[in-house]
Amino acid sequence: MGAPKKSSARVSEDHDELVRVPLQAILIADSFTTKFRPITLERPKVLLPLVNAPMINYTLTWLESAGVEEVFVFCCAHSKQVINYLEKSEWFNQPNFTVTTIESQNSVSAGDALRVIYERNVIHGDFVLVSGDTVSNMSLTQALLEHKERKKKDSNAVMTMVIKRSKTNPAIHQSRLGTDEIFMAIDPDTKQLLYYEDKADYSKGTLHLENSLLADNPSLSLHHDKQDCYIDICSPEVLSLFTDNFDYQHLRRHFVKGLLVDDIMGYKIFVHEICSDYAARIDNFRSYDTVSKDIIHRWTYPLVPDVMNFGNTTTKLERQGIYRASEISQSQSAVVGPFSVIGFGTKIGNNTKILNSVVGEGCKIGSNVHIEGCYIWDNVTIEDGCKLRYGIVCDGVTMKSGSALEPGVVLSFKVVVGKEFVVPTYSQVSLLQQPIEEDSDEELEYADSTSAITSTLDKSDGESDSELSDTHFNPASELGFGGVGYIWPKCEGGHEEEWRHSVAPITEDKILEAVKALEDELELILDGNTLPPSGELKPNSIDSDEDDNDDLRDDFDKEVEETFLRAVHENIQENHLTLEVNSLKLSYNKIAADCAGALFYAMMKYAVDMPHSSAERLTQNVQAVLAKWKKVLTSYLNDMDEQIEVILKFEEMCLESAKEYAPLFAQILHYMYNEDIIEEDAILSWEDEKKEADESDKVFVKQAQTFIQWLKEAPEEDEEE
Amino acid sequence: MPDVHILVNEFVNQLKKRKIEGSQATAKQTAELLRSVISQQRVPQTNQATALINAVRAVGEKLIAANPVELAVGNIARRVLHIIREEDLSLATAAIADLELSAVSDDEDDVERDDYPVLSAAAVAAAARSTLRPPSLQTLLEDAPISAAIPHTSSSGGDSEGKSRSVDKGSRGRKLKHDVIEAVNELIQDISTCYEQIAEQAVEHIHQNEVILTLGSSKTVLEFLCAAKEKKRSFKVFVAEGAPRYQGHLLAKELAARGLQTTVITDSAVFAMISRVNMVIVGAHAVMANGGVIAPVGLNMVALAAQRHAVPFVVLAGSHKLCPLYPHNPEVLLNELRSPSELLDFGEFSDCMDSASGGGSLHVVNPTFDYVPPKLVSLFITDTGGHNPSYMYRLIADYYSADDLVVKRRPVTGS
Repeated sequence: MGAPKKSSARVSEDHDELVRVPLQAILIADSFTTKFRPITLERPKVLLPLVNAPMINYTLTWLESAGVEEVFVFCCAHSKQVINYLEKSEWFNQPNFTVTTIESQNSVSAGDALRVIYERNVIHGDFVLVSGDTVSNMSLTQALLEHKERKKKDSNAVMTMVIKRSKTNPAIHQSRLGTDEIFMAIDPDTKQLLYYEDKADYSKGTLHLENSLLADNPSLSLHHDKQDCYIDICSPEVLSLFTDNFDYQHLRRHFVKGLLVDDIMGYKIFVHEICSDYAARIDNFRSYDTVSKDIIHRWTYPLVPDVMNFGNTTTKLERQGIYRASEISQSQSAVVGPFSVIGFGTKIGNNTKILNSVVGEGCKIGSNVHIEGCYIWDNVTIEDGCKLRYGIVCDGVTMKSGSALEPGVVLSFKVVVGKEFVVPTYSQVSLLQQPIEEDSDEELEYADSTSAITSTLDKSDGESDSELSDTHFNPASELGFGGVGYIWPKCEGGHEEEWRHSVAPITEDKILEAVKALEDELELILDGNTLPPSGELKPNSIDSDEDDNDDLRDDFDKEVEETFLRAVHENIQENHLTLEVNSLKLSYNKIAADCAGALFYAMMKYAVDMPHSSAERLTQNVQAVLAKWKKVLTSYLNDMDEQIEVILKFEEMCLESAKEYAPLFAQILHYMYNEDIIEEDAILSWEDEKKEADESDKVFVKQAQTFIQWLKEAPEEDEEE
Repeated sequence: MPDVHILVNEFVNQLKKRKIEGSQATAKQTAELLRSVISQQRVPQTNQATALINAVRAVGEKLIAANPVELAVGNIARRVLHIIREEDLSLATAAIADLELSAVSDDEDDVERDDYPVLSAAAVAAAARSTLRPPSLQTLLEDAPISAAIPHTSSSGGDSEGKSRSVDKGSRGRKLKHDVIEAVNELIQDISTCYEQIAEQAVEHIHQNEVILTLGSSKTVLEFLCAAKEKKRSFKVFVAEGAPRYQGHLLAKELAARGLQTTVITDSAVFAMISRVNMVIVGAHAVMANGGVIAPVGLNMVALAAQRHAVPFVVLAGSHKLCPLYPHNPEVLLNELRSPSELLDFGEFSDCMDSASGGGSLHVVNPTFDYVPPKLVSLFITDTGGHNPSYMYRLIADYYSADDLVVKRRPVTGS
């Protein structure tokens, strides 16, 4: 039947006007990050077990069941291990599903990988781009159909990104998967992606959208609860785009953002949102934990341990979500709690408790051991009385009796923890020492977008084998008596963030801290400004005692004051200050009188805030400030109305915010007249205005009466002369 | 010629990924696959039946392991094994009779044998099955010698077959295979026509102006109801929607399209409505040997409600759904927990499942099947007629041989 089938296929191909291209996929079996160090020094990330099956199996299984016919597995780091694994597995001899490996030693990013694949010239049609750490059960049919439809209408629609709704934790701006909150602007009708930001700056609490974005699109919805699944359906153009733009490294940070910004070529990216299907990428230890839990809770059905058995062992699901493989020997008194997985041939001793954990194959767990929230891989030996909480324990680790893991610990391959030793929280322990120089430039590659490719030595494969062999000479007993392994020193800056990405749950105090920070932020947003062009304001330059009055004044005044203070503190030139105030004036749509009032207020405020012991000293302060910044102020005082505004402002200050000025009103007014800040006419018309006012409002007019009287007489004198 | 292994692997894959759903489709595909396994199997000179049995067993074991919850796969594998045994037995008895004949008449046995009117065992079984409909003592008595003979041959079949095999050089092998394939074809035919056979009985059960309640969607139920409608019975149907997959909606649509007066209710309204219902008619996923039913989730509740109001609870099941196993812990072991996303939206609840930051107390369980104990079932309607739950084991004995109940265990004498 095989032969006729083949020929019939050929016949039908002839009939089709379009040559049917098999659906292809590129699976990048390298994440090009160091998030899984130290484990990934010895084994590639895609081969790390996820609920007792290598991650790449999940991705390949999904691709196969989603109808992909040809997969190119791009291997870089530890490529030999990946290829060996695939050769041993049954993936190479599946009907209707071909897996081809592409090996490259000197790629340092996803961008490089795609350029290599482009050179091979193996992709002929639309393809699915995923990384080897993706777990999904989504059906590609709908997304592909949408992509093809769009492509037909608009050849610039090169990519469809798969997204999924997932609420982020508002306190720490982080998704369940431990990745940063992503902001996306999507056209609700066409589903075009217009904006993508995964590194928003929360300190300001603002988001900058291009004006044109709002101008060009009739409607636009902004999301922050979408999770990027890192599943992309791409047209072949994507590969050539990577080749054209040789500086594109990261799929999102460079490629997606690059396309969104570049409006010359007009390439468009669309999104496809999945609702009932599951998709997630394992990016860090936190997502490893989350995705494992999702698998155990069966969100990824049918990619769950009891349905999809990769090895020869079968796993059975029991009540309360306990998955048990065969040939487990468990003591009567041992307790396995709900939502745990126990692998093939594992032995569990007396009075041992295993809660919410995954235990691999062939592990030996002694008596009175307490394991909670841990991921224990294969052939691990845990002796009596150990306590493990929220850690990852790799293959072949030995924990001697009485030792303990604090939350967040990662023990890499074959580490031995000594007797009664307590591994401190968030430590990373490995037989290999932390690579120093490599680490830094790999970090660079992702952290710094400008100088991406610096020195990229071939660290992919050589690292594992050579280092493994020569670092076996007695690593110090950092791990207690009889312990083997190095505790990696924490890299600078890393330790503040490690709780975000660790498998350990986020501790209460971190959340509280984050909530507090958030509240502060919110306060800033509320009483501050929605559009702060000058955000570098130092928080301590706001005086606490004036907070009460803040709400009485409008944003503009406050902004001007801040600008002025900054000018004072940073010795900014007068004309620069004028420029800034002008720009404020434009952005807030104010008139010169407002500027003058605000500036004057700021100056007086500054003067009164300077240390002064007596009224005289205060006057001197005022004189000094006014003398220095006179130019700025006068540039707004061309008109009489503006000068009147200044006087009114001054009056207001004396009454309310700066009562110290009340007795000095006339004196300062006189000084301003002398300095030509305020002209005679302004003062007179101010007095004129005040004639109609209440008695209480006339306090300062009265105080200045002698000065005004003198003014009224002065011109006559002039005339006489 | 396609490699059987490829076919088997493909099917195993489909079963594993839960690409095939519904016991009818699975049963049919399993039977077809096993048919090609048999036709591809090279039969040795001796022990042909054993060779076939081993081949089918090996494949059957794989298929069952691929989806242990889909009992139809195992049922069909066992049926095929039973067919092989039956055919072998009938050939053996014929051959013995033949030997005796040839001893007397000294004829050319090869030519003679083919012409010899041997009643195929399948034909016998089919005849027995068709006479089963009104189960009478007579048929039971007729069956008795056959089923009693089965363990006899399988236990001591080796040497007696060996002797007889030496006489008829190979032609019997071809004959056996041919007969088995014929019988499997008949089985496939049975599976695909079981709807009609069940539906034929509809008029006997549904009466004028009755109210029928059903839950979820079942093709058998649909055909059954439509058959009654075609016979000019007028009745009403209540369809419980069958959360979380809501297949009841589809059924309601179909029924309404065919002119039946249909009312959709929620699953939770079943108890409120049951007092107005004359009969509950539902489909099943599998019927166990004790008369218990593995059925879509929610049916146990319906059955309890029906019992409370003394409403007959009728289960329609094609013979491929009869499983010779007894349910042990069926709520867990014969159940399938599907993705929680059928129940609720992941995005909406994702914060409750964020175990890392304090949430994580939300768990969702979405079982596919319910177990309805036999005491709650009033009547089974299969393609051979209506039966009591307590009669199921007897019916099953007709379809399966006791040796095949455990497919997994390979016979020691196998190789």
